[in-house]
Amino acid sequence: MKDLALREETLLTIEKPVRYIGGEVNSVEYEPDFLKKLRREDTIRFAMCFPDVYEIGMSHLGMKIIYDMMNRREDILCERVFSPWMDLDQEMRRDRIPLFALESQDPVFLFDFLAITIQYEMCYTNILQILDLSQIGIYARDRREDAPIVIGGGPCTYNPEPLADFFDIFYIGEGETVYYDLMDLYKEHKKSGGSRADFLHKAAATIPGIYVPSLYETTYHEDGTIDTFEPIYPDVPRTILKQVQVDLSHTFYQDKPLVPFLKVTQDRCVLEIQRGCTRGCRFCQAGMIYRPNRERDLDYLEKLADTMLDATGNDEISLSSLSSSDFRKLPELCNYLIDNYRSKNINIGLPSLRIDAFSLDVMSKVQDVRKSSLTFAPEAGTQRMRDVINKGLTREVILQGAREAFMGGWNKVKLYFMMGLPTEREEDMKGIAHLCEDVAMTYYKLDKEYRKGKVSVGASCSFFVPKPFTPFQWAQMCDPEEYQRRAHLVNDEFKAQHNHRSLSFKWHDAKTTVLEGILARGDRRLCKVIYDAYHKGCLYDAWTEYFHYDRWLESLEENHLDYHFYTSRERSLDEVFPWDFIDIGVTKNFLKREWNRAMEEKTTPNCHEKCSGCGAARFGGGVCYESKNQVV
Amino acid sequence: MKARIKWSKTGILKFIGHLDVQRYFHKAMLRAGLPVSFSKGLSPHQIMSFAAPLGIGMTSQGEYVDVSFDWSYTSREMMDRLNAVMKEGISILEFKQIEEKEKNCMSVTAAADYLVTFRGGHYFEEAFTKRCEPFFFQEEIPILKKTKRSEKIVDISPMILAIHSQDDGIFMKLVTGSAQNLKPHTVMEAFCNYLGYDYDPLGFQYHRLETYLEKEGRLLPLGSVGWDITEEIKPSDTGKGEAAKYE
Repeated sequence: MKDLALREETLLTIEKPVRYIGGEVNSVEYEPDFLKKLRREDTIRFAMCFPDVYEIGMSHLGMKIIYDMMNRREDILCERVFSPWMDLDQEMRRDRIPLFALESQDPVFLFDFLAITIQYEMCYTNILQILDLSQIGIYARDRREDAPIVIGGGPCTYNPEPLADFFDIFYIGEGETVYYDLMDLYKEHKKSGGSRADFLHKAAATIPGIYVPSLYETTYHEDGTIDTFEPIYPDVPRTILKQVQVDLSHTFYQDKPLVPFLKVTQDRCVLEIQRGCTRGCRFCQAGMIYRPNRERDLDYLEKLADTMLDATGNDEISLSSLSSSDFRKLPELCNYLIDNYRSKNINIGLPSLRIDAFSLDVMSKVQDVRKSSLTFAPEAGTQRMRDVINKGLTREVILQGAREAFMGGWNKVKLYFMMGLPTEREEDMKGIAHLCEDVAMTYYKLDKEYRKGKVSVGASCSFFVPKPFTPFQWAQMCDPEEYQRRAHLVNDEFKAQHNHRSLSFKWHDAKTTVLEGILARGDRRLCKVIYDAYHKGCLYDAWTEYFHYDRWLESLEENHLDYHFYTSRERSLDEVFPWDFIDIGVTKNFLKREWNRAMEEKTTPNCHEKCSGCGAARFGGGVCYESKNQVV
Repeated sequence: MKARIKWSKTGILKFIGHLDVQRYFHKAMLRAGLPVSFSKGLSPHQIMSFAAPLGIGMTSQGEYVDVSFDWSYTSREMMDRLNAVMKEGISILEFKQIEEKEKNCMSVTAAADYLVTFRGGHYFEEAFTKRCEPFFFQEEIPILKKTKRSEKIVDISPMILAIHSQDDGIFMKLVTGSAQNLKPHTVMEAFCNYLGYDYDPLGFQYHRLETYLEKEGRLLPLGSVGWDITEEIKPSDTGKGEAAKYE
């Protein structure tokens, strides 16, 4: 048996020691499989890290796919790394215990690669914690020749600049595509004994999607915006093309997922039915960066579902996609799962469904109607506002869905909204309360036989954060005080409604929103700010109880940066953004067009209805090439 | 049909808590493809009952769980199928059928044996192993019991059924169960008090050897009321009308 990295005395005094021991069902057996690989001379040791606590990280699908894909190769050993929780963090610092990977319990500094998936801005200080505790140098320039190559991937790398100084490589795009190429190049490089800098240079010059931030230089205008962004060598590409796995039915997927001992956030099998979205909501980054929309084949998904359930013993399987209702084989897939698994007491999770007759019928078959609540995502309170964001959902459709749901026996609904959207007016804010009141009224207008007690309408509101590569990347944000004012205004409007006792209204923390906004559209000058905030004790910023807004403000100030530059400043249409060197296929011209249409309150049809020529067709697959669709 | 399964928990799995063990067994049943019975009603769950929960950090070779099945292979086959899907650290030791009317193992648990050993560097072992007898034969063994509301002195001596030194450690037989329960940790705390040492919770390792029920004044291992299944039990044999589901 392997030795644990932590002493028993430590494990017995920290919270949930099982976070740190590995050994889960379906993880690589240490003896003999793992040791055999480890003893091979040319084995690449690859640490895959999710920079948050175990329960969160182990719920992430992308990491599972990469983990499985890497371990399929005879010459790669992939292990997992997560953020130590606050209690262990203290112990590790005090006793200088190096951060370790779960499978071998070996220190991360022994690995060839440390790949970190970057899913949200609020984990940036956790990334610094990982690098710090791994004892490999927080700044990439301080890393020794034999330190692991640190790679960043995931949605936040579509603007990697605020993290540029900490990473050796950013991998732009989907993991299934060029990781093997990168590994092969590394093996070659190791054999020939080249330097770390040589390898990074070669990777940047020869492998598409690989961005090595140290090989680029930025100059700024006097007003702080970017003047030039150039590679320092002629053979390093000026733009980085996002990598896309075009065929999602003949590719990697973890068909034998790990079964954590702890109850993790997603304690179920996750079946990604498609990638990308056809809708084109103008605030949504995922909807743009994962274009084109690509569906997986039905028989591929059915086989995967069978294998995953058999291999894990999980009693639930959940479909995953940005908008499941748009998956064209959804009825067939639902029927398959219901027919095969309902009798075996396997639950079927169907998130992100539009509420209509079909989805209500399916949901009534897979869940307990009396206990579950239904979710609507109108995102905005008035039709005008919904047209601005291109959310093709009308009041009539929402109320009709609610009516059918209530008649089907549901009496709990949740509605998701955003505030602070571009062009938002007072009537749009109040419209949130009015729409919820209308939903409640829909219930009370039903015949008595359909009503069981009170209806519960819960509205949950976040504040809009403009993200790179969306039509709203030019939008201005507000200050926290203004978000608070708006939230209270809506809250008061809720209280003024006739059915206010059936309504509830919650909103997110405004300060978190502002920091997220700063980091989302930030530039390289923020690296130092993140570094300073981390050294002031910022960590686990995504966890409200550990979020210290004041320390972030201090760090910004000490670096002579006014955060309004990143949040509320008006950006001109021809400004060079820090992320402009990345090519996601969707063109900046399309985004501009969409921004202008938003200002004109005009909607744009979804990809199934009509192609709007966003540029994603260049990847040569997906919705852009479905028979009825014409690329313009 | 009702089965009583004996299992062990060793190695790194000692860091897994009781709730996680329950979820682990639920999933293991499904992975092994065994015909575990589900409760009726709106949210069906596997019919499963664990004997005495084992605290985080403890190992055991005498754990029990009762599970209901719609039908069953032989004991041997059921054990093999379960062990095939187990992770290093949890092993199935026995699989026995018990009477349908048998009370579940949680409610009949009456006592358990423990072996307490010393984690290096905290205490001088012989101070304990040589003083077991005088400690055990005290008139009273008082311990301060703290609850949320109050503190009171409790005499735990009636709940210590035996204690003596064994293999560089201390063997103890303690009253266990839902009505009355004494943890070996509490005994060691009292032992430290008796010897005039500060109590260091990290100084000891706890291993459960066996769990008992009480029958006619005698303590018997929980598995003793069961018998080996030598021939497959078909769905119809259970006589509970559950056969219909598997036609």
